[in-house]
Amino acid sequence: MAQPKTVKEWVFSCDHKILGIWYLIGSIAAFAVAGLMAMLIRIELGSLGPTLTEDPNVYNLWLTMHGAVMILGFQIPALLGFFANWAVPIMIGAKDMAFPRVNALSVWLFWSGVLLALSNYVIPDSFNGMWTGYPPYSESEMAGNTALYTMIVVVLGMSSVFGAVNLACTVAFMRAKGMGWFQMNVLTWAVFTSNIIQLIFIPVLAASVLLLTLDKYLGFGFYDPTKGGDVLLYQNLFWFYSHPAVYVILLPFLGVCFEIVATFSRNQIFNYKVLIWAIIAFIPVGGDVWIHHVFVAGMPNWLRQLQSFTTLLISIPFGLMIMSLVGTFYKGSIEFRTPLHWVIGVLFMILIGGLTGIPNALASIDYGLSDSYAIMSHFHYVMAMSGTMAIFGGVYYYLPKLTGRYYNEVMGKISCWLFFIGMNVTMAPLYLIGLDGMSRRYYDYQQFPQFEATQHLATYGVYIAAAGILIMLVSWIHCAVAGAKAPANPWGSKSLEFTHTEVIPGPGNFLEPPVLPAGWTPYNYDKA
Amino acid sequence: MAPHEHYDHVLHEIFVDLTIIGVIFLILTVYLLFAYKRKNAGDVGKQPKLSTQAMLGWLIIPSALFLADDLFLFAKAWDLHDNYRKVPKDAYEIKVTGQTWSWSYEYPNGVTTTNELVVPQGQPVLLRMTSNDVIHSHYMNKFRVTEDVVPGRVTYEWFMPNELGESVVTCREYCGMLHSGMYGTVKVVSPADFESWMAAQASAAAPAAEQPTAAAQPAAPATATTL
Ligand code: HEM
Ligand SMILES: [Cu+2]
Ligand SMILES: [Cu+2]
Repeated sequence: MAQPKTVKEWVFSCDHKILGIWYLIGSIAAFAVAGLMAMLIRIELGSLGPTLTEDPNVYNLWLTMHGAVMILGFQIPALLGFFANWAVPIMIGAKDMAFPRVNALSVWLFWSGVLLALSNYVIPDSFNGMWTGYPPYSESEMAGNTALYTMIVVVLGMSSVFGAVNLACTVAFMRAKGMGWFQMNVLTWAVFTSNIIQLIFIPVLAASVLLLTLDKYLGFGFYDPTKGGDVLLYQNLFWFYSHPAVYVILLPFLGVCFEIVATFSRNQIFNYKVLIWAIIAFIPVGGDVWIHHVFVAGMPNWLRQLQSFTTLLISIPFGLMIMSLVGTFYKGSIEFRTPLHWVIGVLFMILIGGLTGIPNALASIDYGLSDSYAIMSHFHYVMAMSGTMAIFGGVYYYLPKLTGRYYNEVMGKISCWLFFIGMNVTMAPLYLIGLDGMSRRYYDYQQFPQFEATQHLATYGVYIAAAGILIMLVSWIHCAVAGAKAPANPWGSKSLEFTHTEVIPGPGNFLEPPVLPAGWTPYNYDKA
Repeated sequence: MAPHEHYDHVLHEIFVDLTIIGVIFLILTVYLLFAYKRKNAGDVGKQPKLSTQAMLGWLIIPSALFLADDLFLFAKAWDLHDNYRKVPKDAYEIKVTGQTWSWSYEYPNGVTTTNELVVPQGQPVLLRMTSNDVIHSHYMNKFRVTEDVVPGRVTYEWFMPNELGESVVTCREYCGMLHSGMYGTVKVVSPADFESWMAAQASAAAPAAEQPTAAAQPAAPATATTL
């Protein structure tokens, strides 16, 4: 089947796979920008006093861009743009998304959002209020262009909402004949659940930032105490979305890990049904716990205690998910290919990240940790690094279907372990100085000169990680232009995107619409 | 026990608990990875399908274990929470105002200081806090306590300075350009030294009639504090 040939065919395509690739390209570019910011941040902090810049606001811009672009420009688009768009319709046996043109609109909005975000580097009053944009700071002149911040959030939010409606409809109505709800891939379930979470919560985020703009430019005063408003209203609205947002990231990246683990163990998913219910449980439990972001913001004491408890409850569905993931190795036949190496990295990262989250959930312990490097390190372990490793592992996993060629295993594995080692060298020491009192979002730390040696060490980590990323990018390009030719099902998977498509799936995905025999599952390796 | 000592104690127990879970999990994962390495190219996994009973068992038993551990940790943290949030009756009350980018402290007799909190040893101290501009967060490293300082609200935290010496107070909520430069010291001195320090401050302040910090307090009602 024909791949698009001209630039025009690529740019104006409505094919979900081409659009998925556009998401991938955009999110990798965003990762490069935000990763560069991470390096600047780390170098600046590597020694006391001004290092790269004398101007704290320049540093604050880097940090704002790093956080916002990593989440809104890299992880969400890579997971719910690339994997969801490219893989899910094929996994369920659909020939495209339910609304291909809306799908194209989502991609265009995503790219617009990325370009808007980049404009921060060139406009004179760039926004430096951090990705959380808390008022009253963000309503003051000091914060720079808050309207631009709002605009970026709303544009990317619209992109996500359109994408979520589209995907949810696709999964609900376009499954192949014979595919019941409990015969879907784990990734499909994870994406579907994330879509529901997005549809419930994103509008609240949009509302929170729109009110911010009305406040700042038109003097409405929703968040302004001198006008009878309340600054905590923003925090509650903001985290009401942004806490569930971490599950919007967590579920799909674990979904990717499940696909990889099942394929490379040639095994069924351990306790599949319970796993699916655990995934669904994230909707109510994940929606309820946002108060833990505002434990020390003047909440009533009883609410702090209550929300400590509900936050701890997350450990149950989360624990069940990890058990299913690891349990899938049981009696498997494990082949240690590059994608699996990345997932083993994820398992370690998420173990550290998950466990270090438990102290944060307890309000009384949070009194010592709130807004410290311990928090920063925790979320890098549980979300930033695990999520990133899952995304890169997943890209390696699908490279043969994207390019028709194999990547180089040696380069793939080296890139994985350099990234893993580098990130641990960065984040583990930072966790420890976080426990000792190092605060987040600091341009400098004159009051804590004892941390300089550790900060210095952490900076070396990011060089190691960056070397890993460079090798990874080289290996991808090498794969696309010079890799060995791959067959349609290079890993021996049972999932539709491998069994029923050509080497590179073309328009319409399948030569004939798949019809599934009774009892089929994407993981039935024991059946011939 | 002072909240910060209690804190270190509870945190230590939590870390022991988490380390045990982590090590069990790690050993299990590594074992599975080695035990089921692929032997021949064509091999497939042979995981048996769980019976309904086994499925429920693998749901209920781990969930119960997780829940039990959650409850265990929660109970430990509950005591600590009470300790942090129930202020002793004899606490010495100091008003704190945050502004970009410094801390102001106002003592009951009207004496004010900037970026320097001096307290007598052995005397529980209650800080009643608000902000003049954006949100700040008052964190005392040695005393392991953080509470946001919010315009339009009055929040509180208390601590027990039972050892002499100096430690650092910083701002923990991003508050703009000099956020990282917004810090000061907490000095714990003997009650006698405190008396003489206070006398010196009061006589230095006496000629200046005005109290700028007090006048700058916002008029909005205090909604958050329930002591
Ligand atoms: C690739 C290597 C990375 C390094 C070396 C790195 C480093 C850092 C550092 C040092 C900070 C905190 C600075 C501070 O608070 O003072 C930070 C903040 C942050 N990082 Fe990363 N990071 C990396 C990747 C990621 C990824 C993949 C994500 C994706 C979610 C991410 C999300 C964030 C967020 C949300 C913040 C908080 C920004 C804020 O406080 O507003 N980072 N990063
Ligand atoms: Cu401050
Ligand atoms: Cu600050």
